[in-house]
Amino acid sequence: MTSCFHCGEECKEEHLRYQEKDFCCTGCKTVYEILNESDLSYYYDLDSNPGISPASSERKFDFLDNKEILAKLLEFNENNTQVVNLLIPSMHCSSCIWVLENLNKLNPGVKTSQVDFPGKTVRITYNPEEVSLKDLAYLLSRIGYEPYISLKDFDEKKPDINRSLIYKLGVAGFAFGNVMFLSFPEYFEVNEFWLERFKNLFRWMMFAFSLPVVFYAGSGYFISAYKGLRANMLNIDVPIALGIAVLFLRSTAEIVLDLGTGFFDSLTGLVFFLLLGRFFQQKTYSYLSFERDYKSYFPIGVTRLTSENVEEQVQVYDIEPGDRILIRNGELIPIDAVLMTGDALIDYSFVTGEANAVEKLQGETLFAGGRQQGGLIEIEAIKAINQSYLTKLWSNEVFKKNKNSAFQSLINQISKRFTAAVLSIAFLASLFWIIYDPTKVLNVFTAVLIIACPCAIALSTPFTLGNLLRIFGRNKFYLKEAGIIEQIAQIDCLVFDKTGTITTNKKAEIYYEGLKLTTEEEKLLSGSLRASGHPLSRQLYDILNKNEILTPEEFTEHTGKGIEARHKQSNLKIGSADFVQQPLSETAQANKTAVHISSNREYKGRFIFRNSYREGLEELLEKLGKGRQIFILSGDNDGEKERLEKMLPLQTKYYFNQKPEDKLVFIKRLQQQGNRVMMVGDGLNDAGALAQSDVGISVSENINVFSPACDGILDASRLKDLHSFFEISEKGMKIIKWSFVLSLCYNLVGLAFAVTGNLMPVIAAILMPLSSISIVAFTSLATKLAGKGLRQF
Amino acid sequence: MNIIYLLLALSVLVAIIFFIAFILSVKKGQYDDMYTPSVRMLFEDELVNSKSKNKTTKQEKTE
Repeated sequence: MTSCFHCGEECKEEHLRYQEKDFCCTGCKTVYEILNESDLSYYYDLDSNPGISPASSERKFDFLDNKEILAKLLEFNENNTQVVNLLIPSMHCSSCIWVLENLNKLNPGVKTSQVDFPGKTVRITYNPEEVSLKDLAYLLSRIGYEPYISLKDFDEKKPDINRSLIYKLGVAGFAFGNVMFLSFPEYFEVNEFWLERFKNLFRWMMFAFSLPVVFYAGSGYFISAYKGLRANMLNIDVPIALGIAVLFLRSTAEIVLDLGTGFFDSLTGLVFFLLLGRFFQQKTYSYLSFERDYKSYFPIGVTRLTSENVEEQVQVYDIEPGDRILIRNGELIPIDAVLMTGDALIDYSFVTGEANAVEKLQGETLFAGGRQQGGLIEIEAIKAINQSYLTKLWSNEVFKKNKNSAFQSLINQISKRFTAAVLSIAFLASLFWIIYDPTKVLNVFTAVLIIACPCAIALSTPFTLGNLLRIFGRNKFYLKEAGIIEQIAQIDCLVFDKTGTITTNKKAEIYYEGLKLTTEEEKLLSGSLRASGHPLSRQLYDILNKNEILTPEEFTEHTGKGIEARHKQSNLKIGSADFVQQPLSETAQANKTAVHISSNREYKGRFIFRNSYREGLEELLEKLGKGRQIFILSGDNDGEKERLEKMLPLQTKYYFNQKPEDKLVFIKRLQQQGNRVMMVGDGLNDAGALAQSDVGISVSENINVFSPACDGILDASRLKDLHSFFEISEKGMKIIKWSFVLSLCYNLVGLAFAVTGNLMPVIAAILMPLSSISIVAFTSLATKLAGKGLRQF
Repeated sequence: MNIIYLLLALSVLVAIIFFIAFILSVKKGQYDDMYTPSVRMLFEDELVNSKSKNKTTKQEKTE
């Protein structure tokens, strides 16, 4: 089998050859020609078959002519320089970087272009007198890198990246290093002459270095502890803040009164390690967005017809009820509207979960969010964009609240008892020393608070979860933040969407029921289907024998009904049950998607289209079902119920004909019964349920295209491994508990020094980093072992 | 031994200069994209001139 030189896809039998290279389609060949002519064929040497077959984008970017839209998209606009940052979802290899950074070879109007690969964006500086943004968009589309411009780009400029954690980490690391140098001489406590002389200078310098650490780098802990206390919660930051404050005050007191060197080394090290843990926990997938709403799905501009039937490009927000809009093949209907002219075939799968495209006749209402799959249609808007059926879902309060606020993480549960224990030990020890040696009371009290500062405990969670987050990411399960893993481990209810989540949109299973077709009828069937653009025809044509085809002499396609074809003596009618005059006997059959066939007015049979379920689904639900409830919610009709019941574990419960709001309410009800619910969905119709659930996971065939707001994005090919992700999350929680035990051991050793009044700065300076490093080593190793099972797939 | 005051001041000054350089580089976004520069530095002037290639093949044929 030959593969395409450009994109690496398998070439079909009838493929193109050009300059002794194979191409799967004209699109790929065109890209090769463009690159070759501009001396950019090195593209193919960097990576083998790096290309992307370009999709047709005819007139798709015409809206970029509109000046207001343009102004919103541009980052910089002066006389003859414009800068724009475009999202290119199809970017995937070093060849992509190379060709995108050499855009100036393809169009001299481009001055520079710079790729940000992790973010999948390219920033292009160009001269608008030579090339417009519209031309650039088409140029990129032609070479397979179609930019993704949505309504979201229009509404907001990207917020500045919050880099304060890196600054804090820098400050703490800088101070830590310097303080270590300065405190090193005193570790040996040699009463050497010069050391004695410069002792005070060194100490005050350490003090100076620790000031920014306490008041800037460590400020987050004080704020968090204060907030926790105000909410009557003893979070883990309370003992940390207490530790930092006591360390700083006691050390300052020691150098002022010339009692000792203080604990500045431990103080700066503590803050540095803590921040390092926070930094590690953050792993952002900058090219994925977990906060999307319908806006990133909707186009910015649409084609409006004026009263004189002239096309004009306008912003989606400017559409008013009564406006006439043109929608082309593959375009999205941005607004609730009435169909005026043309054959509408609308794919609502993303909005409602219905599997198959629906045909609409003139005068029928089209809802926003559907995608036109046929030719050009003209529609008349009946509502403004933010009042449409789909966008109204987003006014539900569930999208406004912060859902993680109620979750009690393990570390906060533990810190309550931990803080109480530390404080009681400190008071008991002080009480003891008040009786025996009152001079040591203050020393012991502060020493207990210092040594019990839960640095290692605070590090175990971020390092364990951070590691797991990376392991998950390598296995195509992308989580918004590390804390989600902890929530996954506690899920006891799983709710799956049907269409697009447990079924695949890529292929349908088709089988035939009825009288056997004659060879001639079969040939004619293939021939008639070839001429039809209806998606069901296309799917059916793909599975039929294509070697012998009879081209019909007469061919008529009735929109919304079917095809009529004639060849010599045979008359073939292909289409809906009504069209071939076959009354439906059972109501259940009405729910099945089928193409009926009659030959010479005699009913032959029907091709039934079934959803094709993802591989390994049975097994997955079997495993997940142990100890968890499983529900399947579908926006579709119950035509598949029997089949699902046969296929899936018995305890699975099914709910059909669920509207987006129904799904949201369903999840809410489960939560009110005290369940922790994970929603696994894919489309906009699941958006409410994803937001309401404790953990919302969006399943996606292609992680670069739109997925609704959620806590995690799972690559569809990995859905069958969801069970393993659960197992690993649970293991992760065990690892955290073990590292708590380990760090408690260190604390006990330290406490032994503290309560006896023997805590030397050097002991604190050894114990603290030692416990932190061993915790980091332990969690890294343990998570690696836990994740091992996963990577075998 | 009083020179130590000067040495300390100098060493702290040097450290602070590097620290400021680090902060500035973060601020300018140098660390935002940690991947692309690593690939970009390996690119050279790889323009393959297809026209000159065609010419040579034609010449070969005439010969």
